[in-house]
Amino acid sequence: MTLRKLIVPTLVALLFQSAAQAEITIGVSLPLTGPASGLGIPCNNGLALWPKSIGGETLRVIVLDDASDPTVGVKNARRFVSEDKVDLIVGSAATPVALAMSDVAAQAKTVQLAASPIVTAPGKDEWSFRLAQSNAVMAIPVVAHMKKHGVKTVGFLGYSDTYGESWLNDFTKETKAAGITVIGAERFARTDTSVTAQALKLTAANPDAILIAASGSGAAMPHKAVVDRGYRGKIYQTHSAASRDLMRVGGKDVEGAFVVSGPATVADQLPDSNPSKKFGVDYIARYEKIYGAGSRNQFAAHMYDAAILLEKAVPVALKKARPGTPEFRAALKEALESGGVTPVSQGIIDYTAQDHWGFTKETGLIMKVVNGDWKVEQ
Amino acid sequence: MDLTIAGVLTLDGLTNGAIYALLGIATVLIFTVTRILFIPQGEFVAFGALTLALFQTGQVPGTVWLLLVASAAAFLLDLRILLRTPAAPGRSRTVLRLALGQLALPAVIAAVSVWAAPRDLPILLQGLLTLLIVTPLGPLTYRLAYQSIAEASVLVLLIVSVGVHFVLLGLALFFFGAEGFRNPPFVDARYALGPLSLSGQVVAIFIAFVLLMVLLKLFFGRTLYGKALRATAVNRLGARLLAISADAAGKLAFAMAAFIGALSGLLIGSTTTVFYDSGFLIGLKGFIAAVGGGLASYPATAVGALLLGVAESFGSFWASSLKEAIVFTLILPVLLWRSLYTPHHEEH
Repeated sequence: MTLRKLIVPTLVALLFQSAAQAEITIGVSLPLTGPASGLGIPCNNGLALWPKSIGGETLRVIVLDDASDPTVGVKNARRFVSEDKVDLIVGSAATPVALAMSDVAAQAKTVQLAASPIVTAPGKDEWSFRLAQSNAVMAIPVVAHMKKHGVKTVGFLGYSDTYGESWLNDFTKETKAAGITVIGAERFARTDTSVTAQALKLTAANPDAILIAASGSGAAMPHKAVVDRGYRGKIYQTHSAASRDLMRVGGKDVEGAFVVSGPATVADQLPDSNPSKKFGVDYIARYEKIYGAGSRNQFAAHMYDAAILLEKAVPVALKKARPGTPEFRAALKEALESGGVTPVSQGIIDYTAQDHWGFTKETGLIMKVVNGDWKVEQ
Repeated sequence: MDLTIAGVLTLDGLTNGAIYALLGIATVLIFTVTRILFIPQGEFVAFGALTLALFQTGQVPGTVWLLLVASAAAFLLDLRILLRTPAAPGRSRTVLRLALGQLALPAVIAAVSVWAAPRDLPILLQGLLTLLIVTPLGPLTYRLAYQSIAEASVLVLLIVSVGVHFVLLGLALFFFGAEGFRNPPFVDARYALGPLSLSGQVVAIFIAFVLLMVLLKLFFGRTLYGKALRATAVNRLGARLLAISADAAGKLAFAMAAFIGALSGLLIGSTTTVFYDSGFLIGLKGFIAAVGGGLASYPATAVGALLLGVAESFGSFWASSLKEAIVFTLILPVLLWRSLYTPHHEEH
């Protein structure tokens, strides 16, 4: 073997090596199958809205399916950090999966942008940032709306799982300051055949309003049960119910319901003064151009928002280090934390070193179901 | 609590209890005939409700393709067994009969489904079609998952049941998606009963419950097939000596169970939102009722299921966060009572 035969491939390999280092590698883990696929598939669609390059560096995006399973999510995250040497992890959209992945992100000192509101143990989210609003932030506009409309007593009807429990806690805290009393809290499961008994008990106490903490089409059954019992007060729904499935299953019974939501899906109805309007309208236009009219959803918006955050943070980090190095990953985290107030399609994000939740109090808004469509309450 | 509230709760409990009773009876039926603890019984409920829901949206449900694939697989299995045995006179006729029953019939059902799906037929016809699609899935499940291990121990059959449950659950998610559906009612009417208000669908549930109980009683008491099933339940070997095929009995039991499941799905599809995974918990409550009946007695199962439904309803009213705990703890005193007061048999 001549020397030249050895040198040429080595040079070529080195060339590619350096080319590979110059791009920014992003590992995306999403529940494309399994029970949370309703969240993961739209998120995956939202990736089409990402730019090809940021700050002059090409993006290399690796998407893996975590099957809504925390074990698979952790395996994906480990693959990202050890084999693909990613600069950033995005996902998962399923809360239990994203929570399990946050440990790997912290160990590998790699930024994680979770597309779900994960509640970590204190101090465990040093490398994890949330793209989704916390229940506590979403409870603020609900209580404000109740107060404005003279609600004094409220009944709670929620899932008997972490989502329902977390809403009850955050919501109760918020009501205390507003002088509203929670006079009853009932639970049910998504797959229950009937919530008549719970509805009966709540409506017998006749509160001014009822808050239902459930998700998607599962939020329609308790709503119908409460209406069936002849309840005439206000009915509120949480942001997990803010999808078309609520109207598809609930029909005319959910007319007049108040649903809290991020601004993205109703951006076209917002006043021009809302800082999210510009981004939301852009998101809707680009997303519906690809996936058809009416395909907008809150999950793809989280991916759109991730791109906004990165376009701001990556150029800052690039000044300090090259992609593919631990220094770049640390610089990226620092850039996200010091990015300041950043309006995105789903609200206004302000990450700091202490707060990786980001969304400010003004994020949530109340929509009303009118004629089977959303109408933003001013 | 006043009388009206108690009335509403009782009615709600009895309605759910009637559904649990139907599923409990199907569980007992399968267990006595085949010794299989059929955990996926509830999946047929979801298949029934969601197949109808997809017909309502004008789509061809995935269960149609499942029926075709499963039938073809069963046909190939049967054909292989047939071709392995030495040629006997009339074998070609048996093959033809197999092909007609396991290929032609499902193909006709599938063709009708594909034709009917976009045509927005009356909901009763769509319901009928749903029953035609889901019912054969019962015997097909028996053929593909259980028939070759029918003589295995109860424990092995139970473990296979768990596997079948996960397979059917995964298929349901694939066919119907993660979101739930609610069907329009078959009968859109309301009746006043004192202070209570009954919806037409609730009345339909009770009528179906009573009708099915009477039909089962007649079937087991008066017909040859019913007696064959009972004979297999009492003694499999003895039944075989009397020329009753254990496999045919198993398939018949599974067909009846799938029919009952699908019918239950059609009935509750308009009173609640049904998800792809809704069936499991409903089936489990039917199972609890069946265990209460000692996995042997139909009337005891039915009464147990109705009581379970009422207990669940009142439990939801008083302590909704502990509801499932209340329902599933109910089985402990029943088991205690049964183990103390029923004579203990050695397992055959």
